[in-house]
Amino acid sequence: MKSNKHRLLAIATVLAAATALVVGLSIASAGTTHAVAAAATAKAPPVPNAKAIKKKYGGQTITFIGDSVGGSHTRDLNIAKRFTHDTGIKVKVVPHPTQSDASYSQLARIFSSHSSSMDVAMYDVVWVGAFAPWLVNLKPALAADAKIQAPGIIKNDTVHGKLVAMPWFGDFGMLYYRKDLLKKYGYSGPPTTWSQLFTMAKKIQAGERASNPSFSGFVFQGNAYEGLTCDALEWIASSGGGHFIDNGKVTIDNAKAINILNQIRSQIGVTTPRGVTSYQEGEAQTAFTDGDAAFERNWPYAYSLNQAAGSKVAGKFGVAPLPHGPGGHSVATVGGWQLGVSKYSKHKGAAMEFVRYATSKPVERFDTITNSNVPSIPSLAKDKKFVKKYAPYLSPATANVPRAARPSSILGKNYNEGSQFIYQAMSRILNGTPAQNVLPGLKAQLQTVLK
Amino acid sequence: MSSVVAPAPPRRRRRTKLQRRQTRIAWLLLLPSLAVVALVALYPLGKTIYTSFTNQEFLALEPTKWVGLANYRALIHDSFFRSAVWTTVKFTLITVSIEFALGLAIALVVNSKFRGRGLMRAVMLVPWAIPTVVAAQMWKWMLDDTFGVINDLGMRLHLLSHPHAWISDPSTSLASVCAVDIWKTTPFVALLLLAGLQVIPQDLYEAAEVDGANALQQFWRITFPLLKPAILVTLIFRTLDALRVFDVFYVFFGNRPDTQTMAIYAQSTIVQIGHVGYGSAISVAIFVIIAIFVVIYVTLNRVAGEE
Repeated sequence: MKSNKHRLLAIATVLAAATALVVGLSIASAGTTHAVAAAATAKAPPVPNAKAIKKKYGGQTITFIGDSVGGSHTRDLNIAKRFTHDTGIKVKVVPHPTQSDASYSQLARIFSSHSSSMDVAMYDVVWVGAFAPWLVNLKPALAADAKIQAPGIIKNDTVHGKLVAMPWFGDFGMLYYRKDLLKKYGYSGPPTTWSQLFTMAKKIQAGERASNPSFSGFVFQGNAYEGLTCDALEWIASSGGGHFIDNGKVTIDNAKAINILNQIRSQIGVTTPRGVTSYQEGEAQTAFTDGDAAFERNWPYAYSLNQAAGSKVAGKFGVAPLPHGPGGHSVATVGGWQLGVSKYSKHKGAAMEFVRYATSKPVERFDTITNSNVPSIPSLAKDKKFVKKYAPYLSPATANVPRAARPSSILGKNYNEGSQFIYQAMSRILNGTPAQNVLPGLKAQLQTVLK
Repeated sequence: MSSVVAPAPPRRRRRTKLQRRQTRIAWLLLLPSLAVVALVALYPLGKTIYTSFTNQEFLALEPTKWVGLANYRALIHDSFFRSAVWTTVKFTLITVSIEFALGLAIALVVNSKFRGRGLMRAVMLVPWAIPTVVAAQMWKWMLDDTFGVINDLGMRLHLLSHPHAWISDPSTSLASVCAVDIWKTTPFVALLLLAGLQVIPQDLYEAAEVDGANALQQFWRITFPLLKPAILVTLIFRTLDALRVFDVFYVFFGNRPDTQTMAIYAQSTIVQIGHVGYGSAISVAIFVIIAIFVVIYVTLNRVAGEE
């Protein structure tokens, strides 16, 4: 009897372990194939002045909390490998959580516990104000390098006269559209207003559903997270409804905002998948790359993935500014990432050399080519030959769209809380509650964090 | 235990020297485990309660201050918290009752003798052995409205006229998360109840058979009363687990406001927003709510034991 029981336990354990392994492996392999293909074979540019750096800091080890989206983690590994090879400084690359608010809280915990476990990290353009007191002033070491960076972003990264972070790459929202389908259904160009977009989406979806039941008109980032704050800002600002907070006052509860939000709400499950309210960047990009959507709102990083081998839409899509509402004009939420050095780092010198290398022109060029990120160095972004060959999404039409900024400078370290109020309110609207019932509450919430 | 307690009704026997020494040794032997409990359970609990009376925050530049009951006063008026409590309690009542009913049925079946029983017992544990986040992600994909296999099957079998967004649609979101939890945890309930069934002596059933009791009578007169302790343990276990639920909800909904559980609200307040003080007050409230359920069960247990 006893040995029987033991055998039973053994069988159960083996079965369970095998199942877990199979499930785990199948899940692990599902999401990564596209991403790795893009940048795996590329070689990062050499480190200038490597000998002197090696002499000073060779043998030290720094930890870099880097990217996790798209092929960006591969980019991090590539530049870290090259940097270590040239300078002898070891770089431990740790990808940050894919949800940017989770990655914010990871950094907040590291600083609050005065931990030296991290030397260099990447900071969203909206976090600089909140983290400034915990970052090293890079001005003395990197002043010359900062001169070639976009002055607007340098201004964002300079707090109380200290340059606390170096611009790494920019980001802005844009519209991906299927050229072939627009032509097929008799449209001469991408939509310029939201109403046009939904009309086109409806017609194309009705036609395509016959051969592809999972086809949808429009996909975007509808999950309750930071990405929804970015998308909502574009809908509202492009309809003349403001930027949630303008000139120190909460402006979100207005008729134009209510109109556009209700219009978007009426499209959920109609021209968008019903499940779009759980989509982040990855899901939206997958739907478009797999040929299951006519329009996609995403960041430039999706360009290389849509163009990569294995994509069903390579060569069939174009990019355009996002549409606007009646009486408004197109805008793009400004995003982008910076590199900063922790003030608790034990190897500040080595860390700053890594930041200098990673934000240098050759590396930004490399990142743009392999990873379709937007360079933060204007001389690169405006190099016509370079843009035409490697970064068509930087054509003047898309690149010069007015940028809309999230209310981060006014909210400071309360930004995360404010943004959570915003995306949770937007999530309620997308899931069915009329905007006029949600926005007064959001206004009150934003007022509590604005004080 | 001083000698002043004069009218002590049953006279206490004085302890012998040996007994006293044994008591001392017992305490000494218990000391390491008590120290561990104090370190890993009492210290964090005490610290959380203390923090809940402060305004501690991540990334704060000013030092932390004592704010008394301010956090608790805010909590009473917090509609997010109320909705989180309600969501969690609904989830707990639904899942625990269904898991219990199914688990008991499964336990009774695999407790009877049939060919392949050993294999059956092993196979039924598979859902429980998969890590919850993995299982939740798997189900999230299966329930998806564009590429999910559930909608595909439903359409092929003509059970659905069009794909349904089970997770996104607020009218089915709680049901789908409950279904996943029931799928995953029923085996665990069945296992606990099976353990209870196996200690019931077989000769009782033989005697009942001789007396002419049918299967239903056997169940109500023998199985159920003798299984009661196991049932209570199972229910307590599952209820406490369900009240603390985090992972399935987090994978399914992230920070969606209408589906936040108590644990997700506490996590997002502390970890994402950085309000450590207020988040601690939420944690203490969760602790109290769970304690209420424990008291209910323990009282039930005592009443049942006295019968």
